[in-house]
Amino acid sequence: MTQWTKLLTLILIMTTIAAAAALSVPVIVRDINLGIDLRGGVYVLLEAKASEDGGQQTPGDEAQAPEPQGWWQKVTAWFDGLFGGKGGEESGDISADDLAATIAVLRNRVDSFGLTEPIIQREGERRIRIELATDPTKPEQSQRAILETIGKTALLEFKDSSGKTVLTGANLTTAQAVYQNDEFGRQVPMVSLEFDSKGTNIFAELTASHIGQQVPIYLDGEVISAPQVRSAITDGKAVITGIGSIEEAARLANLLRSGALPLEMVQLEVRTVGPTLGTDSLMKSLWAGLIGLGLVMLFMTAFYRLPGLIASFALLGYIVILLDILVALKAVLTLPGIAGIILTVGMAVDANVIIFERLKEELKNGKTPRASILAAFDKALSSILDGNITTLIVAAILYALGTGPIRGFAVTLSLGIICSMFTAIVVTRMMMNNLVDSNTVKRNWLLGVNR
Amino acid sequence: MYFDFIGKRRLWFIIAFCIIALGIASLIFRGLNFGIDFTGGTRLMLNLPGGFTTSQVRDVLGNVEATDASGRAVTLENSYIQKVIGAGGEEVVIRTVPLTEDEREKLLAAIAGQWPEFSDEDIRNVENVGPVVGGELVRNALLALLLASVGMIIYISFRFQLKFAVAALAALLFDAFIVIAAFSVFKLELNSPFVASVLTIIGYSINDTIVIFDRVRENLRYNPSLKALPETVNISINQSLLRSINTSLTTLIVVGVLLFAGGDTLKPFTLPLFIGIISGTFSSIFLASPLWYELKIRENKARV
Repeated sequence: MTQWTKLLTLILIMTTIAAAAALSVPVIVRDINLGIDLRGGVYVLLEAKASEDGGQQTPGDEAQAPEPQGWWQKVTAWFDGLFGGKGGEESGDISADDLAATIAVLRNRVDSFGLTEPIIQREGERRIRIELATDPTKPEQSQRAILETIGKTALLEFKDSSGKTVLTGANLTTAQAVYQNDEFGRQVPMVSLEFDSKGTNIFAELTASHIGQQVPIYLDGEVISAPQVRSAITDGKAVITGIGSIEEAARLANLLRSGALPLEMVQLEVRTVGPTLGTDSLMKSLWAGLIGLGLVMLFMTAFYRLPGLIASFALLGYIVILLDILVALKAVLTLPGIAGIILTVGMAVDANVIIFERLKEELKNGKTPRASILAAFDKALSSILDGNITTLIVAAILYALGTGPIRGFAVTLSLGIICSMFTAIVVTRMMMNNLVDSNTVKRNWLLGVNR
Repeated sequence: MYFDFIGKRRLWFIIAFCIIALGIASLIFRGLNFGIDFTGGTRLMLNLPGGFTTSQVRDVLGNVEATDASGRAVTLENSYIQKVIGAGGEEVVIRTVPLTEDEREKLLAAIAGQWPEFSDEDIRNVENVGPVVGGELVRNALLALLLASVGMIIYISFRFQLKFAVAALAALLFDAFIVIAAFSVFKLELNSPFVASVLTIIGYSINDTIVIFDRVRENLRYNPSLKALPETVNISINQSLLRSINTSLTTLIVVGVLLFAGGDTLKPFTLPLFIGIISGTFSSIFLASPLWYELKIRENKARV
């Protein structure tokens, strides 16, 4: 006799999953964090250069490398020893305060571009990671201009005739881009500078002693302007001339206002992704994911019939759960991350395949559907667990050693394995039990058995 | 349907050795196409007007000067240039020595000089990686492979036996090698996706192998006799066969769609995965259990 409550429960679970999928899609599309490889942007990895004078360092300091702390550091240190020298970061005399101050200056500079959610983070002892998503519809967010702004140390120096630096940008109170008349009466873009009281005094002395001479202005060691002093300047105001455009003047003024970087930074890694490439990769992988999902559902239903159909719904539930968790964790979805998800779609059905193959065996051995399902889940569990735990070990190592996109891949892979085990073992089982208990399945063919 | 996997094990081992030999030959004669993530350097992907040739690009690069890693002045004529199909049709990938910002600008200006239609919007991406980062990637890749192997040996030895762990490890090293060889055969650029794809295949292959071993372990419980061992192992593989094939098929379906629809940008990730999944399925069915069987009977022969 047909058990209608069981059948209705099964239909209810399926409808719930389909509804959850339909309702989640707009939320996921709106809230998911896309990596710069998918939305276009700039990625820069900076490393502080050890100071050349070594002023703060006491002799003998460098002789002793710090003892590795913890087992993880010991393993990596041992590994580095094995290969005779380390591929990793240099250790050295970079103070955490200087690095924090450098990040603050970089943040100020980047803020002038009006980017959404810029990421400027410390990485390790002496590195800074910058990830900026750029909006192609805003011409001021030019990736070239951003790179140029990040790349400069912006150390402004005024030198006397002997070449000694007497005044730096540290004594500036403000810097602004202006149009002013040059000596021929033309309106040209300039950067106007104003010094604080100490700077004003020094600048007055400098100009007083150099009347009739040039006082070159250096930016990062290069002369950017060399005005001739006509009279002593005592009001603490100066201008930098010879700038191509007002946009360039605005960028220079912003650099000078934000101040020089306390540390000299080297660009270890620079990656820019144009908007076309990002959108193209996103659309292609989304379509591939959808088509792949549809094909896997078709395959499962054709091969395993009713259980396959149930597994298809479980798969849909799996993807919704996984994406919702990624949104909730504010995880960044990168291209390798999407590839990881698509890969787990294939692997997620594995647990179901193992169970259904067992189910077929048990049914062929003459057991009732109910007993077969019980035995199939029972016997499949150990191989599902063992197989997935070994894959989790790999994902964990990938996470520990990887950076950026590789980490994103490891996160989606691990979450995918855990979620797929849950849906395969719990959700599929619930549906299968209701299916069999409803007494509607009269032929083993519907459960995937041929003959 | 019943296949004799154990009886024909020599044949599988010979096939595996032939594949390995072909892979080694490819590694020797074709070598590997190391990308900037490993060697350091600058890589640009540019959308050029249709019908351009790589030799045109090379001529343009011949007029751009830069300083190489050892500080010598060079032209960019000897850079790696490859035509790919990208988002906007034919595009070019240029890989050079590490360029400074000024040198990058010079290069782009030279390109714009040859193709006046070229604008900022045609810059698909620009990547610049210093040599330090490349060294770290190699180090981390090797360390990851080592740690993953150790971790899995410990886990499998704990859940099964050391012999199962050794056989599983041999099978997955075979798969890792196949993926590396695939990069050589198809001249794919080795960048960080390479590390991810090798490790993913390791995870996939071990999963595949474990499920079969689980069956062997279970069947050994019913029939532990050594005399029946070939049959026990054969039955276990045959019982897991449909599952192995079906799981590989579903995974291959999704990766395959990504491979054919994803274009050249995703290829360095999807192609090795596609090949690795096939190799992983082969190695778990034809190599892992027969290897375990071989280890098992050798131990018993030694004892007698």
